[in-house]
Amino acid sequence: MIVPVQAHEASDYAIEVEDLAIRYHGKLALSRVTLQVPSQEIFGIIGPANSGKTSFLRAINRMDLMTAGMEVSGRVRVEGRDVRNWRNPYALRQRIGVVFPLPVGLPLSIYDNVALSARLRGTRKRADLDVIVERCLRRAALWDEVKDRLDSLGSLLSGGQQQRLTIARALSQDPSILLLDEFSIAVDPVTTMRIEEVLAELKSEMTIVLVTNLVQQARRLASRTAFFLTGELVEVTETEAMFEGGAQDPRTTAYVEGKFG
Amino acid sequence: MPEVAHAADRRDAAWWIDRAVQILVLAGGLSAIVFIAGIFVFITREGAGFVFDRFDFREFFGSPRWTPTSSHNPTYGALALIAGTASVTGLAMLVSVPFSLGAAIYIGEFATGRVRETLKVLVELLAAIPSVVWGFIGLSIMNPLIIQVFDVPVGLNVLNAGIILGLMAAPIMTTIAEDALKAVPDTYREAAEAMGATRWQVTFKVVLPAARNGLVAATLLGVGRGFGETMAVLMASGHSINLPTSPFDSVRALTATIAAELGETAAGSDHYAALFTLGIFLFLVTFAINFAADVFVRGGQRKHRRRGRRPAASANP
Repeated sequence: MIVPVQAHEASDYAIEVEDLAIRYHGKLALSRVTLQVPSQEIFGIIGPANSGKTSFLRAINRMDLMTAGMEVSGRVRVEGRDVRNWRNPYALRQRIGVVFPLPVGLPLSIYDNVALSARLRGTRKRADLDVIVERCLRRAALWDEVKDRLDSLGSLLSGGQQQRLTIARALSQDPSILLLDEFSIAVDPVTTMRIEEVLAELKSEMTIVLVTNLVQQARRLASRTAFFLTGELVEVTETEAMFEGGAQDPRTTAYVEGKFG
Repeated sequence: MPEVAHAADRRDAAWWIDRAVQILVLAGGLSAIVFIAGIFVFITREGAGFVFDRFDFREFFGSPRWTPTSSHNPTYGALALIAGTASVTGLAMLVSVPFSLGAAIYIGEFATGRVRETLKVLVELLAAIPSVVWGFIGLSIMNPLIIQVFDVPVGLNVLNAGIILGLMAAPIMTTIAEDALKAVPDTYREAAEAMGATRWQVTFKVVLPAARNGLVAATLLGVGRGFGETMAVLMASGHSINLPTSPFDSVRALTATIAAELGETAAGSDHYAALFTLGIFLFLVTFAINFAADVFVRGGQRKHRRRGRRPAASANP
């Protein structure tokens, strides 16, 4: 039986997190995180290494199910519904596109990389797949570079191209939420700027959570930004305010001004 | 005045050790080639008398009559022996490929923690069972079982030897196949799972294609194992010369023939040389299997690269 989503649970927030804590083998990695990500905006997360940014993303699409020793407590709601109440976590993950720090071109052809998600969901017709592949590659600003060699291995592309392939693959899921985890780590600055333009366009269609080690990238893209530090959420503030000295916590100001981290 | 060597010319202990190790390692590498070449030269020399004087291509490959001990008209038709080896190996692969692939996928992709470690140790233990023990199982367990279940007069036949050989080859194939799966980076699995792929979809759509070459190598290794296995086949196949028409026919394998007859021949006789000719044949077939495996694995890689340069129009009909 399908449990209908109750009216009072529906909300304008794509993601709501309440008192989230994450442990690995009993060791606390992130605690006391409460925040809301409004629909259709870019939400930035900044913070130095080991601050719990990646763990936060992993809790949203229930990667804890396949990570030995990872425990999540507190509440995470996606589209108004507690992620633990999605009886089919695979369906939850299909709604959420993920881009990892290092590009992962699956050892399939470029075409098959982008067609994979549709195929997993049962699309078989070549013509339908052709449309999806071309649309997603175009939106990821990769189509012109690869349209003549869709049959070559995705894992043989350059780093920046592979990262755009990963984004195209995530878009092929037709996600409502896109999680990006330091996507520009292995990407040259020119490609980074192109991807940033793509993200700015995508904002009107989906909610984007952008974890980044470049504070200026958060400033360029995010409407609001969260600052994580050593496993805790320091604050969530309007991005412009955060960079104009309006941060609530002096540590945030110190971090965005480059005094540590 | 004694000449003091410049630092750039002084060869210290580390330099000499490095040189010595290089030579030792080179000797190790060369010895493998020397031994293989030596074995080939030996069996060719012993079989040469037969190959050049008595060998009849049509008889050897076309006749099932292997009667080397006949006093007035010895014949050397190896067809039945080749058919025996081929049928047993073929059936063994039908048994072992699904078993070993299934086991490897379970151990590599589904099992976790202690179950996985226990299974790995058990599979490796299975691989260490001596072939004569497998032969014994074929004789004393499979034989009466086959007679009972299928209501046939003899239980030592292709079916028995094929199953025994399949079970025997499965553990080593499992180990190699599991290594091939393990070589697939976890980032691939994570990326696919993050897209909402189920465990089985991840395995089937991403991991298996990525590990394909290693899995083919595992299978061919099993074929080689089946082809060369002697003792278990000798004990379980019935060891009677037959062109098999059903799995319930007893057969005789090439290897078993050499093992059973070599001790009773006079060195240098036609019979002795004929057995070595069987050996040459086995050697060539094994070589061909390994070579095919190599070509396949390399060919697969090249194909991908070549496809990469072809325009999409011709590659996407």
